Amino acid sequence: MKHLAILAAIMSPLAAMADPDPADWDAVTQEANGQTVYWNAWGGSTTTNDFIAWVGDRVAEDYGVTLEHVKLTDTADAVTRVLSEKQAGENDDGAIDMIWINGANFAAMKEADLLFGPYAEQLPNWAIVDSAGKSVQTDFTVPVEGFESPWAMAQVVFVHDTEDMPNTVGSMVELLEWARENPGRFSYPQPPDFLGTTFLKQVLVDILPDPQILATPVTDATYDEVTPILWDYLDLLTPNLWRQGKAYPATGTAMFPLIADGEIDLSISFSPGAASTAIANNELPPTVRTFVLDKGTIGNASFVAIPYNSGSKAGAMVVANFLMSPEAQARAQDPEVLGYGTVLNMDALSADDRALFDALDLGVATLSPADLGVVQAEPHPSWMTRIADDWVARYGVAQ
Amino acid sequence: MNRRRAFPALPVLTLLAMLGPVAAGLWGTVLPAFGHLPAAGLTGPSLDPFRELFGWAGLPRAVLLSVTTGVIATSISLAIVMLVTAGWSGTRPFRALERLLSPLLSVPHAAAAFGLAFLIAPSGWLSRIASPGITGWDRPPDLLIVQDSWGLTMTAGLIIKEVPFLLLITLAALSQADAPRSVAISQALGYGRLTGWLKTVFPRVYAQIRPPVYVVLAYAMSVVDVAVILGPNTPPSLSVQIVKLMSDPDLAMRLEGAAGALLQLALVIGALAVWRLGEVIIARLGRRWIMTGRRGRFDPLVAQAALGLGAISALAVLLGLVVLTLWSFAGYWGFPDALPDSFTLKNWMRHGPGTLEALAETGLIAITVATVALILTIGCLEAEYRYGLTFSARTVWLLYLPLLIPQTAFLPGLQTLMLNLGAQDGRFAVMLAHLVFVLPYVFLSLADPFRAWDSRMGVIAAALRASPNGVLWRVRLPMLLRPILTALAVGVAVSVGQYLATLLVGGGRVATLTTEAVALASGGDRRAIGVYGLMQTGAALVPFALALLIPAIVWRNRKGLRHG
Repeated sequence: MKHLAILAAIMSPLAAMADPDPADWDAVTQEANGQTVYWNAWGGSTTTNDFIAWVGDRVAEDYGVTLEHVKLTDTADAVTRVLSEKQAGENDDGAIDMIWINGANFAAMKEADLLFGPYAEQLPNWAIVDSAGKSVQTDFTVPVEGFESPWAMAQVVFVHDTEDMPNTVGSMVELLEWARENPGRFSYPQPPDFLGTTFLKQVLVDILPDPQILATPVTDATYDEVTPILWDYLDLLTPNLWRQGKAYPATGTAMFPLIADGEIDLSISFSPGAASTAIANNELPPTVRTFVLDKGTIGNASFVAIPYNSGSKAGAMVVANFLMSPEAQARAQDPEVLGYGTVLNMDALSADDRALFDALDLGVATLSPADLGVVQAEPHPSWMTRIADDWVARYGVAQ
Repeated sequence: MNRRRAFPALPVLTLLAMLGPVAAGLWGTVLPAFGHLPAAGLTGPSLDPFRELFGWAGLPRAVLLSVTTGVIATSISLAIVMLVTAGWSGTRPFRALERLLSPLLSVPHAAAAFGLAFLIAPSGWLSRIASPGITGWDRPPDLLIVQDSWGLTMTAGLIIKEVPFLLLITLAALSQADAPRSVAISQALGYGRLTGWLKTVFPRVYAQIRPPVYVVLAYAMSVVDVAVILGPNTPPSLSVQIVKLMSDPDLAMRLEGAAGALLQLALVIGALAVWRLGEVIIARLGRRWIMTGRRGRFDPLVAQAALGLGAISALAVLLGLVVLTLWSFAGYWGFPDALPDSFTLKNWMRHGPGTLEALAETGLIAITVATVALILTIGCLEAEYRYGLTFSARTVWLLYLPLLIPQTAFLPGLQTLMLNLGAQDGRFAVMLAHLVFVLPYVFLSLADPFRAWDSRMGVIAAALRASPNGVLWRVRLPMLLRPILTALAVGVAVSVGQYLATLLVGGGRVATLTTEAVALASGGDRRAIGVYGLMQTGAALVPFALALLIPAIVWRNRKGLRHG
């Protein structure tokens, strides 16, 4: 023990300069006070932007952390930035302190050692996260291992205007039939947009006899076995899409005005509560409802990660921990605010905290957790990169 | 004595500020294009990046789009401006159009593009006004108008912004072309007004406006923000693809992006060469046409058509701003209602705080950059005056050089270089990059009035024992207040409109109204876009209003100075 104490004494000046230890939470909050955290997060949705601004106000109040939202059009921009900083030798105070991330971007950063951690499972609020019931420990089958912390649950829902499309469809095959009967009334965001590739995955998961094949990394053999079914499906669907597939909406929210204008009747969303929120903000007509497929739909968690060269890691951890607090989670689930699913385990909460969630009115267009049904697993990310590339070659440059 | 030496140094400094970043950026592009990016563990030279680029299935179409949109937009806007000027200059409708178009010059490209999209989309305002009454549509037709595969809407978006620019440039050139007498003589010989102008004045005017025409061509071929908002996406134009490649998490894509940037540069150079060739051919044909002695039977018809097109182009921007305003106050607004169900302040309450933050950033950058550009410009012009330096035609081309190099060719390289130099503060780097684009416009805006100043005033002041600096500060600059403020306003407007320079060099940390507005484009929230688009337009327009107002107040008792 004596040796350890001496060692600690010798190390302490170094320790002050080294990364904060997530297990020593008091030291983390102390160090975080006064730090500025640049959170790079997609900035295309005003509701998300407002939520992030609110998070900024709250962490400034409680912890003295200044949160700056760097609004991205594409999360890959942030990954590029960290990569180029590494090339330039900027290892101590990079431009980015936190990224809203998942899937391929997380896999790329983790593999290239661009992330700080593990930290997520040491955060105090990890104790109330539903780590057993929700997919917060794997991200697109890639083990998270504490290199990112979850803050929202997402699941595919289909959004339809009941005035023009009263009935729901139960499977992707039925969706294709409906689209052929109602040409020009459906679209999905253009891959490689996140939601666009999710739609491709949803097609695969639903039409494959055994989607389990998608859980392992793609090989040439499995790729050639699986994808012809997808291309056949898309070849039939594309001419019946909005604008005959010659143009696609850029993102999921860009489809809301299309529904509001009556250009399309059906679209897809990765946020079960987004439709209710959009109705409240006049962006969708009140006749809009959501549904899921008979076999269930794909779901995953949204995470935040901290780049290895962040100069405000303590501040970023404070924000990450706050995002998992009952207060932030209940606000995010409020359809008037975001309508995102919570990552918390209701049974682990105190009665007061649980009351925050019970008090929420989920909104007319939001399905209850029971109605959301089975959550299908995300395929391994290697599938999607390849499918997205092929999609671009087949449909993205087709005209 | 050192103070005297300071002036000759300023032109050198100005050239360095304009050309330095361009040269550095090109250098930063060439290396990775040939496979050399040591930071990523890749050493060249290799031609793999080009192989990758040429392997992309969308390339032929992306290249075609870049060329067609650029050449068509430039040709049509030039034709409109030349024919309107030929047919109408000096008349009342011309002055009306001129007054209509001048303020539109400062409307940022992104705002004009959003306005056009909200106007002419199948669910746009025009369709709403005509539906269901005239068209019978109760749902928007499934027509590919915005983001059409041929880039026609994108071309239209460029035309409505380039027409005011070329018109104002032409007006400046016209004052030195002795047009009224030429037209009077040709009319006395029986030529129509338009034909007479084209045969006598056009060659002289075109010779003067050639550099800005080339700038329009280079810009239209490599524009990013307008292409993101109005251009096709299956595939996008080459410039958009370059920006996409540059932001891919896979580093190898950056090499391909750099190769694309060099291809873009080659395309622009090639297009400029072809355009020059076209000038020669048109000059030949024109001479033949002059020799035929045709008097211009269809003049009135052509002139009417040109005026109509000019008016449509102005109206498209103005109505676009109106529809942006409507959306920014709109409650629920379904198709085919011509107006929203209700008007609300909710959108402004939601986005107001965000826009104010972005406005502060935009204003800080724009005012700093415009001021620095103004100081350098005055320094150059004063040095020219004091030391009797003359700027040859070649130096004028130097001014235009940074505007002729496509932005997508050198800005990505600049980003990498600045990172290597450890230029940490994003805002400062962004200011340097803006200066490259702002300086030429400020210089061009101020040079003529500065040189036109009656130097006898200086002689009188000197005779009254004023030093050269005294003449500058106490006589010349106060007399030139109006053009100086206008040049400042031009600089601010150019800086406010910068998209790519802010995005790439700022590394996402610098959020101006323009980057925020274009980022919103992908989300499709028309209310938010309305708010940001209007704020952006305001940030560019208000300085022009001040440039009119301040001299009127300061010189309220000096009638002769108000227009100086």
